[in-house]
Amino acid sequence: MKSAVVQLPGLNRDRDMIAALTKISGKAPVTIWQTETDIPDVDLIVIPGGFSYGDYLRCGAIAARMPVMQAIKAKAEAGVKVLGVCNGFQILVEAGLLPGALMRNASLKFVCKEIQLEVVNANTDFSRAYEQGQIIRCPVAHHDGNYFADAETLRAIEGNGQVVFRYAAGTNPNGSINDIAGIVNAKGNVLGMMPHPENLIEAAHGGADGRGLFASALDVIAA
Amino acid sequence: MINARVTVTLKNGVLDPQGKAIEGALGALGFDSIGHVRQGKVFDLQIDTADKTKAEADLKAMCEKLLANTVIENYTIALD
Repeated sequence: MKSAVVQLPGLNRDRDMIAALTKISGKAPVTIWQTETDIPDVDLIVIPGGFSYGDYLRCGAIAARMPVMQAIKAKAEAGVKVLGVCNGFQILVEAGLLPGALMRNASLKFVCKEIQLEVVNANTDFSRAYEQGQIIRCPVAHHDGNYFADAETLRAIEGNGQVVFRYAAGTNPNGSINDIAGIVNAKGNVLGMMPHPENLIEAAHGGADGRGLFASALDVIAA
Repeated sequence: MINARVTVTLKNGVLDPQGKAIEGALGALGFDSIGHVRQGKVFDLQIDTADKTKAEADLKAMCEKLLANTVIENYTIALD
């Protein structure tokens, strides 16, 4: 499984993401710079977290309109897996690869802490290393993670099993509707999530609950 | 040159935590008459054309493509 990590001005979680992908797949990902429109042939493209283009206008809004995102959109349409974490999730919704929007946290505060996630759908390319209904630990660090979608969209994504991760009871850090923490597109090959699984993949992190997501996406689940 | 002002506001039904916080702060300052507050954005743009119809069409496209996130926001365009 070959993977790639997108690098844009202002993204700062790219190193953590590269480390996680390298450790879990045994192979370093290639990197994609903002000006590239010729995306290398990979199985998984990851857009990491940070503050692309200073979060100007709206989080992810400027990045979503860069040519590199058009190229990633074409790859996603061709079936390549795309994972967006934190600012990466914001970029994916702004680019229209995922439904809904991410708004300012209901508390108006930046949250940086550990929460719990419920694996609501363990039957996706990004979650099959987990058990259905499993509760995992995961760090969050964001100011705009309050997921919103109109009633019709919400019905559709809930009905299609597109909600993959929910904040477990009592741990919703941002006021997101239906406690949504991560969703996939209808086709199931694009996942966006606010929490940072790349920051909980080994003993040095204090746990490895995030590992299952990469093991699923990179297809390296131990038998 | 045409001067335009684009106003972007949250759609009805979309929770606006910043508006709520401002509403609370105005109440705390003693403005008892304060009702609901919604926060939005204003963009002042110069469009290099004399053709108002073209400017309006361009501004609409700019709103749809970038200035507003139409999932959660509405926009209005006013020309000078």
